[in-house]
Amino acid sequence: MDIHRKHERRTDGPLNPDRRTLLKCSAWAGAGVLWALSGGIPRAFALDDSGNVSDPKALASTFHFVQISDSHIGFNKEANPEPSKTLQVAIDKVIALPKRPSLILHTGDITHLSKPEEFDTAAQLLKGLPSTVHYVPGEHDTLDEGGGKLYLERYGKGTKGNGWYSFDDHGVHFIGLVNVFNFQAGHEATLGADQLAWLADDLRAVTSSTPIVVFTHIPLWTIYQPWGWGTEDGDQAIAMLRKYGSVTVLNGHIHQVIQKVEGNITFHTARGTAYPQPAPGTAPAPGPMTVAADQLRNYLGLTDVRATQGEHPLALIDSTLV
Amino acid sequence: MKTRLLAVVCLMLSMPVWAQEVKIDIKEFMFAPKDLNVAVGTKVTWVNDDQIPHTVAETHKVFRSGALDTNDSFSWVFNTPGEFEYFCALHPQMIGKIVVSQ
Repeated sequence: MDIHRKHERRTDGPLNPDRRTLLKCSAWAGAGVLWALSGGIPRAFALDDSGNVSDPKALASTFHFVQISDSHIGFNKEANPEPSKTLQVAIDKVIALPKRPSLILHTGDITHLSKPEEFDTAAQLLKGLPSTVHYVPGEHDTLDEGGGKLYLERYGKGTKGNGWYSFDDHGVHFIGLVNVFNFQAGHEATLGADQLAWLADDLRAVTSSTPIVVFTHIPLWTIYQPWGWGTEDGDQAIAMLRKYGSVTVLNGHIHQVIQKVEGNITFHTARGTAYPQPAPGTAPAPGPMTVAADQLRNYLGLTDVRATQGEHPLALIDSTLV
Repeated sequence: MKTRLLAVVCLMLSMPVWAQEVKIDIKEFMFAPKDLNVAVGTKVTWVNDDQIPHTVAETHKVFRSGALDTNDSFSWVFNTPGEFEYFCALHPQMIGKIVVSQ
């Protein structure tokens, strides 16, 4: 079908899920990695085995925030019978940070089946976070009869369309995009014309020197088309962001860390807090991956993002729940 | 001999009429079988064997299930002939087709 034909056309080497690339990605993910954007040029610093950064200057941040994702409250299968427990571990990790984050982004799949009690449990737990949480929905948050009504009632106040919005904090322009509605047979996720028009309008007032953070559930760029891991019209949003000196695109959905840098744009997906999923193309299907119970927390985690305003770096630091 | 052969052929032709209920498994993000021919009046039941919820949504909204969790099922009786393409509204790379004939 359509998706396979497109897949064959792919030429972007770093995203081809060949074994070498995957191993490299997982090696980075295992030890953690830090991204620093200096004058629009991203530089990666590996973290050592104990999670420390070799260049402490990169962490001398004036402002940082945390991304958590894919809590899947309500999931109860073998891959993680108790995702509320692992979400609590993630929350405890945020609380234990040496400096309170200025804000927290949740990049969707708060719940597994959009049941009212799942939203209640998640809200009860997430209330324990030390900072304001900004949400975007995942497709698992749109499974109620109203097709996302429960999510929007809870988290959609002051947003446009199906829940997209923007805000400014510490000189960074944050944009929450929504790509989990109106799926079409054989196609990847979409943002839709209305949201793209809104984005163009929203960016009109943003100067090209303003750091931008875009966060959305499904990766905005195509990671693996046969599994639907991408956004069909995401390239239109990305085109609007190219002129900016520092753009960070944060996603969830795939329950593992994958990243790439394209010009001034850094793309990054975060681990989830519920269960791991296989690396692209390494399994027949993208369903939950069951690992030994004592290994599970190695596969779950969160992302800490730091910015030093004077020197314009933005750093992404992934950590697991171990 | 000829009569017996005729009887067997008749039996084969009439099979779809007898098979009034057909099951489609949803497993590993696929509908199995992906394509299915049925006779008018057949009740098709989709059963989700995955750990992840799926849906069954006809492309032109003729039928549309809610979210099917593990072991949940959705049934639809096909009373009109035609081709019905459907997909999972959560994982739109999952597609299938039912061809209904008299």
